[in-house]
Amino acid sequence: MAYSEKVIDHYENPRNVGSFDKNDPSVVTGMVGAPACGDVMKLQLKIGADGIIEDAKFKTYGCGSAIASSSLVTEWVKGKTVEQAASIKNTDIAEELALPPVKIHCSILAEDAIKAALDEYKSKQAQ
Amino acid sequence: MNYFELFRFTPAFTIDTALLAERYRELQRAVHPDKFANDTEQQKLLSVQRTAQINDGFQTLKDPIRRAEHMLALRGIDLSHETTTVKDTQFLMQQMEWREALEDISHSQVPEPMIDGLYQSFAAYQAELTQLLAALLDSELQADWLLAADQVRKLKFMAKLHNELTRAEDALFD
Repeated sequence: MAYSEKVIDHYENPRNVGSFDKNDPSVVTGMVGAPACGDVMKLQLKIGADGIIEDAKFKTYGCGSAIASSSLVTEWVKGKTVEQAASIKNTDIAEELALPPVKIHCSILAEDAIKAALDEYKSKQAQ
Repeated sequence: MNYFELFRFTPAFTIDTALLAERYRELQRAVHPDKFANDTEQQKLLSVQRTAQINDGFQTLKDPIRRAEHMLALRGIDLSHETTTVKDTQFLMQQMEWREALEDISHSQVPEPMIDGLYQSFAAYQAELTQLLAALLDSELQADWLLAADQVRKLKFMAKLHNELTRAEDALFD
């Protein structure tokens, strides 16, 4: 299958790969997986007291599109407020990376990873 | 299409694989294209379709994950085309750890014990999931079938891991 140039760029030079110290109170983690292909994605956000996402890191085991989707998302969320990050849709990711229909689920996974991380943020805030 | 009916089995997760293979050969013989050499094009086409059905049925019933998926589909739970995201953090953390361990294999000086250890861990967890899946599929309750679907999803991740481990092992000896 032919990957778009943007997917190849993110795949070959993934942005923000790695992990933060999960004991850092400003760090939240979103873990998601896609059973259809066995992909696993971890997205970590470092969120300041003002609710702005200061930094993001990811680790993804999966196909090129899954890696590109999560890499792109780490770039997009940096500097955004929690609310702005929550509004990122899988269709935005799929469009930016020109994902073919069979790879749309990779962008869904990346959107769900943001949501999962923000869910942890909300439950931390509620405490 | 109910493949259990096609192969004359009572729908159940536990299956006699020797009997399955025997019924497969029986069914195959009955629709062999040579038997229809003098038939019309339409009948030949039907026999080809029937052969494809028998092959797909055999592959489905033979494989535990596909068999469970088929049972759930017959009960109205379709897993084969889903794009559901799994969010079980504990399970996914374990998956991550195992994926990291797979990466370490290629950098290791003595990879064999690592490979053996991973095969054992995978097999133990797969056996645990399969046992739970069998019990849940035996249940009459739909709530249990939905839990069975979760076990199938987990087994799919394990199948992927198992393939990756086989690949990592093959790469070492290439």
